[in-house]
Amino acid sequence: MKAYVPADAAARACGADAVVAALQAEAARRGVTLTLVRNGSRGMVWLEPLVEVETAEGRIGFGPMTAVEVAQVFDGGPLALGRVDDLPWMKAQTRLTFARCGVIDPLSVADYRALGGFAGLRRALQMTVEERLVEVTDSGLRGRGGAGFPTGIKWRTVAGAKADRKYIVCNADEGDSGTFADRMIMEGDPLSLIEGMTIAGVTVGATKGFVYLRSEYPDAIAVMTRAVQVARGAGMLGASVLGSGQAFDIEIRVGAGAYVCGEETSLLNSLEGKRGVVRAKPPLPALEGFMGKPTVVNNVISLATIPVIFERGAAAYAAHGIGRSRGTIPLQIAGNVARGGLFEAAFGMSLREIVDDLAGGTATGRPVKAVQVGGPLGAYFPREKFDVPFGYEEYAGQGGLIGHAGIVVFDDTADMLAQARFAFEFCAVESCGKCTPCRIGAVRGVETVDRIARGDADAIPLLTDLCDTMKAGSLCALGGFTPYPVMSALTHFPGDFARAKEAAE
Amino acid sequence: MTDSSVLSGRVGDILADHRGVEGALLPVLHAVQAEFGHVPQDVVPVLAEGLGLTRAEVHGVISFYHDFREAPAGRHVLRLCRAEACQAMGADRLAEVAQERLGLDWHETSADGAVTLEPVFCLGLCACAPAAQVDGRLVGRLDEARLNALLAEVRA
Repeated sequence: MKAYVPADAAARACGADAVVAALQAEAARRGVTLTLVRNGSRGMVWLEPLVEVETAEGRIGFGPMTAVEVAQVFDGGPLALGRVDDLPWMKAQTRLTFARCGVIDPLSVADYRALGGFAGLRRALQMTVEERLVEVTDSGLRGRGGAGFPTGIKWRTVAGAKADRKYIVCNADEGDSGTFADRMIMEGDPLSLIEGMTIAGVTVGATKGFVYLRSEYPDAIAVMTRAVQVARGAGMLGASVLGSGQAFDIEIRVGAGAYVCGEETSLLNSLEGKRGVVRAKPPLPALEGFMGKPTVVNNVISLATIPVIFERGAAAYAAHGIGRSRGTIPLQIAGNVARGGLFEAAFGMSLREIVDDLAGGTATGRPVKAVQVGGPLGAYFPREKFDVPFGYEEYAGQGGLIGHAGIVVFDDTADMLAQARFAFEFCAVESCGKCTPCRIGAVRGVETVDRIARGDADAIPLLTDLCDTMKAGSLCALGGFTPYPVMSALTHFPGDFARAKEAAE
Repeated sequence: MTDSSVLSGRVGDILADHRGVEGALLPVLHAVQAEFGHVPQDVVPVLAEGLGLTRAEVHGVISFYHDFREAPAGRHVLRLCRAEACQAMGADRLAEVAQERLGLDWHETSADGAVTLEPVFCLGLCACAPAAQVDGRLVGRLDEARLNALLAEVRA
């Protein structure tokens, strides 16, 4: 019997290792020869640990599996789900970036190659640098970290810069709550990220790449470190990438628990061994980045999407999406939901479809009160705004942002004043301290929210004013976007800010 | 306390291992912490000398990042996620329970040295929240029963 049990961190956090031990014991007891593959996650986190068994009809799923129920994998039972590819969650997706994630052994070059791996890099190597830049630009790919800057333009800037050394830096400092797409792809299909970085390297003329990976992701660090060795063995990295004569290699660097290092200039300082303080722009990192050299800084998902763009062509990728948001986006559905996980879809879905249909409402069964989109710096959306199509401009137009596409659902017990206070508290803890609006503003924000909580309605205009100052005057998105969750909470849920005066006052 | 000559010897080895690494201070500090369980004050001048930095620069980097400890942690480290997705699933309540049962505030270590309690902002387990980490092990779908089991484990 050939079975798959994810080694993805979420699956392991829900007991996958115990399931593996129980499965092996049960197989031995029955005299069944068991071939076990530790794959990545398919993204149906509510079904983790999801055990899959290979059959003539395809892979049959069982989940959420527990160590005491593994007999069902052999005998069937209520945890049997049928063919995994036929599950509605899988069928409704457009899996391009995540096509292999959860399907293959993440460190098997043969598996990777069998499902399209290397095809993008091979095609890229047959093209001129100009053709590659046009391909990335025409795909419409924009920064999946949240900034939405066109990837092709960034690459063209670095390609055109004259320097003795250039770098590719992968931003894997995925600190936003509600997001885990970077973690999932690094644990489930790490070679796609390496292939994307390699295409970036040979295109802009960089010979060295770094993956700046947060320390909160120990499993991803372990898998990426092994994957770099595997890629070297397969000739994807090294002195001559796939025999092209062009050199490219990658080093994995581990962060140290600073949220602000997800901001690209702060990340570059951290990578240089300095405090993760934000740099003023200009100069752009594309011209003066790591060690002052031209540097491409791209998010994990941006880079991991590059291979499929080259494999299938820019037009095929750009055919998906809406407006200026082309291609697919891995939605990460989290928090208080009946069905949480990763769902890759073309841009354009509404929160109504995502929260009510895909996620099946809340885990607690209570009504949805608010949905925070885009991490701790993203806006809270009330139900009235659930029809906004998922896209960069569409969300910006509603006083929000899509960020890294994390979607966190709250039920009606959420206190939006408390959430606004948390946004400031988080900003105060994580501020790098370089600019005053963020460093001081966050602290004053906590105090001002506390005044409102005590029933001092005069503090509300002060809060609005403070948010204007932070938004306009902060150096980076941490101070600049903290007003999004605060102002959206205040605007859409004013009732939570109308507190009775305390008796003592 | 670690003998200072032993300490500088080990740090010397770590520095030698990182020769040629661009912007080596963070990898070096991670290695130091892996070796000693924290970043002892005494290593600051050794690192500064070895990397061509000032002591102030090294201190500045150590103090900037949440990960680097000035003192050893307890035998176990219990980290509870406090970020939004976990909040939406009742993480604040579980944090109160943990603090009360352990008699510890965030970043404190129990008097017997058994456990250090820390907040963490996102372990990437947002679709199986609330989440925790006990030493190297990740735990999802935390509820009061699972938390109590973890508390018993770390206090033992």
